[in-house]
Amino acid sequence: MREIHYNDVVKVVKDMVMDAEYRLPEDFIQAVKLSVEKEESPLGREILQEILKNAEVAEKEQVAYCQDTGYPVFFVEVGQDVKIIGGSLRDAINEGVRLATKEGYLRASLAYDPLFDRKNTADNTPALIYFDIVPGDKIKIMFAAKGGGSENQSKQAMLKPADGIEGVKKFILQSIANAGPNACPPFTVGVGIGGTFDYSAVLAKKALFRHIGERHPDPRIAKLEEELLELANQLGVGPLGFGGTTTVIDIKIEIAPCHIASLPVAVNIQCHAARHKEIEI
Amino acid sequence: MVEVKKIITPLTDEVIETLRAGDKVLISGWVYTARDAAHKRMLEDYEKTGQLPFDVKGQVIYYVGPTPAKPGQVIGSAGPTTAYRMDKYTPKLLELGLKGTIGKGWRGPEVKEALKKYKAVYFAAYGGTAALLSKHITKVEMVSYEDLGPEAIRKLYFEDFPVIVANDIYGGDVFEEGQKKYRKLVI
Repeated sequence: MREIHYNDVVKVVKDMVMDAEYRLPEDFIQAVKLSVEKEESPLGREILQEILKNAEVAEKEQVAYCQDTGYPVFFVEVGQDVKIIGGSLRDAINEGVRLATKEGYLRASLAYDPLFDRKNTADNTPALIYFDIVPGDKIKIMFAAKGGGSENQSKQAMLKPADGIEGVKKFILQSIANAGPNACPPFTVGVGIGGTFDYSAVLAKKALFRHIGERHPDPRIAKLEEELLELANQLGVGPLGFGGTTTVIDIKIEIAPCHIASLPVAVNIQCHAARHKEIEI
Repeated sequence: MVEVKKIITPLTDEVIETLRAGDKVLISGWVYTARDAAHKRMLEDYEKTGQLPFDVKGQVIYYVGPTPAKPGQVIGSAGPTTAYRMDKYTPKLLELGLKGTIGKGWRGPEVKEALKKYKAVYFAAYGGTAALLSKHITKVEMVSYEDLGPEAIRKLYFEDFPVIVANDIYGGDVFEEGQKKYRKLVI
């Protein structure tokens, strides 16, 4: 058994959260730079430049890219030959988030309860953590800071098998059009197809971790991603919804087996504050 | 959309009448912050006492919950939050004399009607460009509901804070008009 200390996890999580909040992934920045040349709307081009400038300033000054520093979401793959010593893995991740919030000057953005007094938890915990057990002696931590504006525009539907590919395409494109200016485009769009009601949404969120331009290994899904990307950019939404040809930077689809009666589809919208980061310990 | 207009708060009807959807505007002067929790409490307080925590007449509300200021900063990152979540409360505030709101995204039909009726404007700031926008805020004062943390009501002093007129008093809508120009696919 390989031993990993609680304190080491805390440090890794704290650093990765702060870095993700200050610095957008390089592949996303490069994709936005390319879109400036292609965008047809003059205002759209100006907004894309502002987005790039904002990314530069946030990284240079080490400040939050967006004031909504998001709901901390983690996908954690734990090697079955790893033992955590000095505390629990869940506590270590939450402590990392707590320290990043305080030392990184992040906004406290979580409410204790959704319905009653909605009091702020003040330190962005508890984080949402999905654990998985995998072979090996490493821990892979994937972190997303999921902003409320784009999360609010995400959608799930239990379609009928008879709705098929056309039904799925229509639902995805409608979700993107409806998200419009409310969710801060250009988006990256994570789609989960199959699984159960809940698992489709988890897949959609996990899909957002795939690199920009990296297509699904199944050529049929890859083709669907490319087709949807082209169609989505004909919707006219444009940068921040002011109209234009850059609505979506990329669409990533993940699939899973599903019940013979079902066709679950989930669309997780990601705003241009595409804060995702992965680390292996 | 070529000309950039400079306006100073508080706003008058005369200024509001000159603003058209799509205009680029630089706002200077004091504005107030309020988002979901502050709006809810403000309107509950108004129901109970007939008073608001500040006089909204002629004023502008910026929908924002900033990050905490780092040492040496006046305010942390401070971009707009999505405006439609405040739609339930906005017509009443406009009736009481509020002249402007700043956020991002679409407003609902009730707000658009109220903007026409009470002569007020909804401005859109560039969502997510929070590190840049905070540079146009040069003073911050706490006003009310401090216990709400990032959602407390603060007074911010703007210097040439950049926005676009999203909804004007003539029924103009910058998002609808802009998207129509580039829409090749109707779904």
